[in-house]
Amino acid sequence: MSISPESNGADRQAACSRASLTELFWTFFRIGAFTIGGGYVMIPLIQKDIVDKHGWLSKDEFVDILAVAQTAPGALAINTATYVGFELRGIVGSLVSVAGCALPSIIIITLVAAMFSQVASAKVVQAAFAGIRPAVVVLILSAVVKIGKPIMKSGRDLMLAAAALLAVAAFGISTPLVIVAAALVGVALKMGGVKR
Amino acid sequence: MILLELFLTLAKVGLFTFGGGYAMLPLIESEIIDGKGWLTLAEFTDIVAIAEVTPGPIAVNSATFVGYRLGGVPGGVIATLGVIAPSVVIVLLLAALARKLSSANWLVHVRAGMRPAVVGLIAAAVISVGRVAFADARSVIIGIGAAAMIFWVKLHPILVLALSGLAGAVIFSLT
Repeated sequence: MSISPESNGADRQAACSRASLTELFWTFFRIGAFTIGGGYVMIPLIQKDIVDKHGWLSKDEFVDILAVAQTAPGALAINTATYVGFELRGIVGSLVSVAGCALPSIIIITLVAAMFSQVASAKVVQAAFAGIRPAVVVLILSAVVKIGKPIMKSGRDLMLAAAALLAVAAFGISTPLVIVAAALVGVALKMGGVKR
Repeated sequence: MILLELFLTLAKVGLFTFGGGYAMLPLIESEIIDGKGWLTLAEFTDIVAIAEVTPGPIAVNSATFVGYRLGGVPGGVIATLGVIAPSVVIVLLLAALARKLSSANWLVHVRAGMRPAVVGLIAAAVISVGRVAFADARSVIIGIGAAAMIFWVKLHPILVLALSGLAGAVIFSLT
């Protein structure tokens, strides 16, 4: 089901030698610049660059990182950048990733606040964002498909995913609570002797 | 002095925000408008509107904007550092803990439970963002175009976002 610790360690070392701090910074800078309409859009962006293109993380590792990122307080994008950076290059890597992720916002918002307040309210800008939003939905959907495929191995997995979806979408339960509950269910099912 | 206060106030906001940037907005409101009286409600509404239509996490955008209004460029930077500092520290602690426990058997079961839930949560985001995004037929057409670019042509997601923004600028401005 998951990668053994040994092979994980070997993969990690191989990955560490490949992910330079400069690459990490620019990867997250691009992701920060295109995180539009809420933090979830960075999931397909990170998936594309860090998992598919560079192969710095496996899909399972990425999902485990997302679980922690959604349990901790703060913005999803920042939390994910922190963890991915830490996994690849330790604490320095996490600081570099966070800096890359936050810098586009700082630059853009400072410019907007300083002189272009009217730019953000300009009709054409709002029209562009109205066009980006449907694409954001499709991108997040593509992340569900890509990330979900290797994970949904049994009816039990599907039920857990559906329960999490309902908990948030229908009952408005907060995401950290859902993740913690799912973790407890995972442990309980195992202790109850339910086989996958 | 205002910079230290900015940092601490935004750190408090960052520490108590669970479930993404939007959850942060009510906290900013209670801390910064009602609590400190640093901004008016109208200014805050402007900030939220701008944070929504600019790239970057909402949390970071709002913090930068609030900080800039109160303390110029240094204020913007300090406020941003404040809002991200607690999550960086907490995530690092959790990451270090996970690494230490990586061989523990029960962690495998924890992950077996969490992984499908993460997929469910991302699916929930499709619904919540979709509700706002698909306002009319034009946005549905752009959505279909984006789906073709992603699933069929397999363009890079950033390119898809840029092209959809361009399409939106044309379609929504002209019609």
